Order: sequence, then C-alpha cells, then structure tokens
Amino acid sequence: MSSDDNVKRSADAAVSGGPLAGGHHGDVLALPELESFRDPETKGAKAHYDDADIYRDEKGFNDHTLRPMFFTTKKYFAFTLVLGAIMAQGFVAFLNQTYWGLGMAGLHEPVYWGAYIATFVFWVGLSHSGTIVSSILRLTGANWRRPILRAAEAMTAFSLLVAALFPLIHVGRLWRAYYMVPLPSQRMLWPNFKSPLMWDFCAINVYLTGSMTFLYIGLLPDLAVARDRAIAMGNWRRHYLKVLALGWRGSHREWSVYNKCSLFLAVIILLIAPSVHTIVSWDFAMTMTPGWHTTIFGPYFVVGAIYSGVSAVVTLMIVLRVLFNLGDVIRKFHIDALGKLLLVISIIWSYFYFCEFITTWYSHKPEEWEIFEWQAHRFPYHLWVMLGGSCLTIFCLSWRRFRACMPCMFALTLLVNCGMYIERYMIVVPILSRRDNPFMWTDYYPSLTELSIIVASFAYFIFLYAIFIKLFPIVTMADVKEGVVVSGDVRLGKHAVRVQVKE
Amino acid sequence: MRILKGSIKVKSFNYKEDNDYSWSMIIDLDRCNGCGACVIGCQAENNVATVGEEEVGKKRNMHWLRIERYIEGEYPHVKVRFLPMMCQHCAQAPCESVCPVYATYHNPEGLNVQVYNRCIGTRFCGNNCPYSVRYFNWFDSSFPEPVNNQLNPDVSVRERGVMEKCSMCMQRIRRGKDTAKDEGREVVDGDIQPACAQTCPTGAITFGNINDHESKVYKMAHSGRAISLFEEKGTHPAVKYLKGGTNDVIG
Repeated sequence: MSSDDNVKRSADAAVSGGPLAGGHHGDVLALPELESFRDPETKGAKAHYDDADIYRDEKGFNDHTLRPMFFTTKKYFAFTLVLGAIMAQGFVAFLNQTYWGLGMAGLHEPVYWGAYIATFVFWVGLSHSGTIVSSILRLTGANWRRPILRAAEAMTAFSLLVAALFPLIHVGRLWRAYYMVPLPSQRMLWPNFKSPLMWDFCAINVYLTGSMTFLYIGLLPDLAVARDRAIAMGNWRRHYLKVLALGWRGSHREWSVYNKCSLFLAVIILLIAPSVHTIVSWDFAMTMTPGWHTTIFGPYFVVGAIYSGVSAVVTLMIVLRVLFNLGDVIRKFHIDALGKLLLVISIIWSYFYFCEFITTWYSHKPEEWEIFEWQAHRFPYHLWVMLGGSCLTIFCLSWRRFRACMPCMFALTLLVNCGMYIERYMIVVPILSRRDNPFMWTDYYPSLTELSIIVASFAYFIFLYAIFIKLFPIVTMADVKEGVVVSGDVRLGKHAVRVQVKE
Repeated sequence: MRILKGSIKVKSFNYKEDNDYSWSMIIDLDRCNGCGACVIGCQAENNVATVGEEEVGKKRNMHWLRIERYIEGEYPHVKVRFLPMMCQHCAQAPCESVCPVYATYHNPEGLNVQVYNRCIGTRFCGNNCPYSVRYFNWFDSSFPEPVNNQLNPDVSVRERGVMEKCSMCMQRIRRGKDTAKDEGREVVDGDIQPACAQTCPTGAITFGNINDHESKVYKMAHSGRAISLFEEKGTHPAVKYLKGGTNDVIG
C-alpha cells in the first residue's frame, strides 16, 4: 500500500512507458511557482506530472491515478482487517448498550448529552470541509483545486455517514427512532416541527443527499475512464462501474450538461452546508441553558466546522500523497494553498473565541461565568490544547517554509482537529454539568462503552474511505485534464504567462 | 366550540378562561422539615424504579420528587433549608417545544404531560429543563419478588430509554374528576390529593384547582408569600412556593 514499486504495472502502462519514465517535458516552460514546490528528491529529474505531461501522456496519467484503485497490496488488507476489528469491538459495545440500556454510557442527570453528541458535532463539522471547499473553489475557478476535489468531497460524504449514526446510538429507544420520520399515521401523529432536533434531522438528511449527489455527479467522467479500463483488464469492477457510469461517452452534450449540473450543485451545496451546521448549533443555542443560549453559536459553529474540515482535508491529502504515491498529482503546492486557506479560517476562528470569551468575561453574568470557571478548573489542559492550538495554527501557517513541510503540516492539522474535538466536548459537557440548579451540579466521565463506540467511529470513517479508494478513482482526473486544456502559456516578450480560459 | 359562539379568546398561561380546571400545587417552605416522606409516597404511588446504591451514586436516582438541601452559614451558626423539587408544570414549558416527537405536551388542564409510549429518549427535554426534574430510565426497572405486588395498577411501569417525571398523580386527578362527574358536581378541594400531599406530615403541600377562587391553592397563591422558582426564566410554573426563612430554627 505504501509503495507500488513491487506492484505489477498494467499492460497498457508498460506500453506507454509509464508515468514516471520521463522524457515528455518538451520545450514547454515549467512554471516557477510550481517548480519551487517540487519534492526535493525529484527536483529537476523530470519525474513529475506537470500539466504538460498530462496533456501529452493522458494514458500514463490515467495509469498513475487509477493505480490505487486497481492494485491492492497485502498491507492494505491487513490494515482494513485491523480497522474491522476496531469496528467490531465498537459494534459489540453498541449492541451491549442497546440491549441493557443507555446506562452503559457514563451519562446521568443532568448531563443528558455527553461524548456521543460531542462526537456527532465533530463529525458533522468535519463534513463541512469537503463540499464547501470544493464548491467555493469550483465557483471561484481556483485552478489549483482540481486534483483534491474528489478526496475532499468523499470526506464530506463519509464523515456525514458516520455522524448520522450518532443520534441513533444516542437515543434511548433506538427501535422507536423512526418516530422522527414524518410518516403518515392513522393516529395523525406527526413529528414536532418546532423542535430543533427535527430541523437537525431534516438538515442532515438534506446535506447527506446533496453531498452524495455532488460526489456522484463529479465522479461520472472518471467512472467512465475507470469503466473502460476495467473492461479492458477484465477486472471485476466493471460490473458496478458499467452501471454507475450511466453509459458516459464523453460527447459534447454530456459535457455541457455535466458542467451545468456541477455548477448548479456547487451553488446548492454552498447554500445548504452553512445552514446545516447552523441548525446543529441551534440544537444547543435554541435551549434556555446558560452557556448554550447565545446568538454567536450559528456562525461560530459554521466557521469551526470549516476550520476542522479544511485541516482534515490537509491531513488526508498528506496521507494520500504518502500511501498511494500521489505526490506528483497532489503537490506541495496544493498543500501550501490549502494551508493559506486554513490560515485565514483560523484567524476568523480565533476571532470568534475572542468574542465569546470577552463578552462573557466582561458582563460576568453569574450563571455563564460559573461555566467558564468550571471549564478552567476542571479541564485546564483541554483548554490549553483548544486555545493554544488555535494561536499556534496562526503562527505556524504564516511561515511558507512551515506550509512546505509535510510532517509539520500533518502534525499541525491533527492538532487542530484534536483541539476541535475538545472544543465540541467543552460545549456539550461542562455546560450541562453546571446547569441553573446548583443542587444538581455534577461531573461527567465517558464510560468504556462510549469510548469504544467513538474509537470505532473513527475506524469506520477510515474504513469507508479505504473502501472508496479501492472502488472509485480518488483523483479528479477529468478536472485535472480540463485544467490542462483550458490553460496554456503565452509568451509576452521575454516572459511566459500562464493564461486560463474562464469556465 | 368557542369559535362557533363567536368569541375567540387568547389562551392565558394557565388556560384559566378555556378550562374549568387548572391544577396547581402550593408548597409551604416554612412547614417543610425535610423528612422525605413525600419522596417515598411519590415513589410508591407512581411505580418509580428503585435503582440501587451504585446507580444512585452515579446520580441516576429516579425520584420524581426530591428534597433539595441548602446549608447556609458556617459551623456553629448553620441553617439548613429544604426545598421539595418536582416538575413545575410550567405554562411556558421549555421541555415541550424541543421534543422532536411530541412525547411531552401541555394538556388543557395546565399540566405538562409525558407520553411514555411516544418517547424515543433523545433527552433534549432534560437538557432544556432549568429545574432538572426530568428523569431518564437508564436501564429497565426491576421490581424483585415481593415488591412487584405493591406496584400501582393505575400507573404504567416505564421501559428503558424513556423520560419520566412528576405527573401530579395524573391517575388520582382522573379518578377525582370521574367521581365528581358521576356525582354531578365540580371537583372541589379535598377530592384530589397527590401522594406527596397525602403523605406530608406537616401539611406543607397543597393541591387544588387554581381556577376555583374559593380553593385553598388560589388563596395561598395570592397570599403575598407565593413565589415561583427561577421566575426570571419566564416559565410560569404551576407549582408555587410560599417563602420560607422567617423561622430561624428550620428554614
């Protein structure tokens, strides 16, 4: 899995000389900003996929980007087996909890919501990166977006799938959870549309449908490439690829419909996504619980979601680069660009922290200040990771050399997501421990059942992603190729300028 | 029916205009000595689960009615105050609007009602209750051999995963109303007594119809000592407390 050196190359790749054979560079000028972000080990060795290479050697490019899909190492199976084991123990814990009752979790009065809901918010937040980033980048025509779109969109879909499990794990009577669905009933019983949980239920469903559609529509041209490849290879994947590719032939009409459709979906998703996390925040903000009941929660949650989401995209890109040898498609340049985006978001995020703390500190309303004191007293280290992590992000990402250092970026983005998980925990748990009624003040510790299920949820996410990589093309091949077609170098006097046809 | 009569009335917080009955409970804090008999009375009447020592240690006791103790002052000059706390049956109940499945709603007689069969256990209501008086069935309740014979047949035993709380002894209200109807009269003071009021040795708890201006609760609620808990929350509870603290020995 880590390296495909020992993996047999496909027949057609061998004929075309393979992607890494080099010698295709020709006289096209290598762009300086791309050049400077090349891997040091391959710098100048023409071992890169530059845009021009893709144009010249499309087949080789397809080979290279479809390699993670068609070739699987033993390490991959071992890895998924480990993931499966982690998921299995979480599933056992879940069955145990369903059988005996929610007392298996560490919850008690008045901390009725605990780690499950914090994890739910975390996963929903994580899902906000992919589609939002992808649709913003699509709409603004940012050219560097092209290779990362698929990976980011898939992240949205899968983290949302994981998130959608948590309300089900959390409810007391799972077998009656369908009461949330507005089914026609003879007794004229409907769900309560006044409840923020009902809005949440609808929002998550809409977002799940939307992001799945977005992912699928974006997949279509690449599915066709993979389908043709699978048929030529006689690979078993042809069976589902034939169906899913919807008979895509790449005709002019198909492309024009495809482009219109992705633009339309990008706009729709851009409208849906912030509303989803606003509604998730309203699960808290609409209550009259001190600490939850604030107007800032809507934008606060949305920005936090994008913050954790973009960090997760960076983490994932670095993992993909290393594990699937995609370093020449997902270049350091992309990580750098994402790092800049993350820098902007982390500044906005820290501003929200500032706003929240300064208003509470200044007004010193006893019921709200009690919560802050309790947080500082009970969770000092959590607060350090949460607040310090946010400041550290701004500091680190300001340095170009830091953004170019892959291990540094990997560590930082993981730290950001640790901080964001803690942030969600700090929103749910300490506030409930210090409710209005001082007689009921308590502390809360997650139980082993909760921890098992939460760890399993992470394994489940990685598992879904790993399966996806093996079943579908992970690099947005069509978009990358389109980027080559619509852009070119024009000589202006001594200099060559990269120009791009606007979509 | 009112629309047919040609007059549309805005519902008041306690539905005074719309219904004959609006149940209310008055608790005299000067009379409460914190003996806890009401807690046991409530538990026996309403089939409230006994969860055991370990679970109580985890704050999972199910007492629909609890005595809150507040201790004032330093050692030699200590005053202990007791506050019997149960569902306040708020007219503007925060728990009702947030339930996604209508498992809790306001009935026309001013009571906040929990429908166990409808509840799916999201526990949102518990989070939005400022009094923290809603209880969750973390496990199936068990009533070992001799205890199962004392279960009240008028009250259902709740399943695991369901919220529950004080119902102001709904079954007794229903019985009182039925008896009064059979006798062709309105319910008057003394017809209905919730288990806690019946058990209280000092008579600190009074229950009645606050729409009836001759009733004890109406008079007590207008005595000038009456307060609501967390009044600033704007929940308009049907349970009112008569201020204590004038007596230095027991608050």
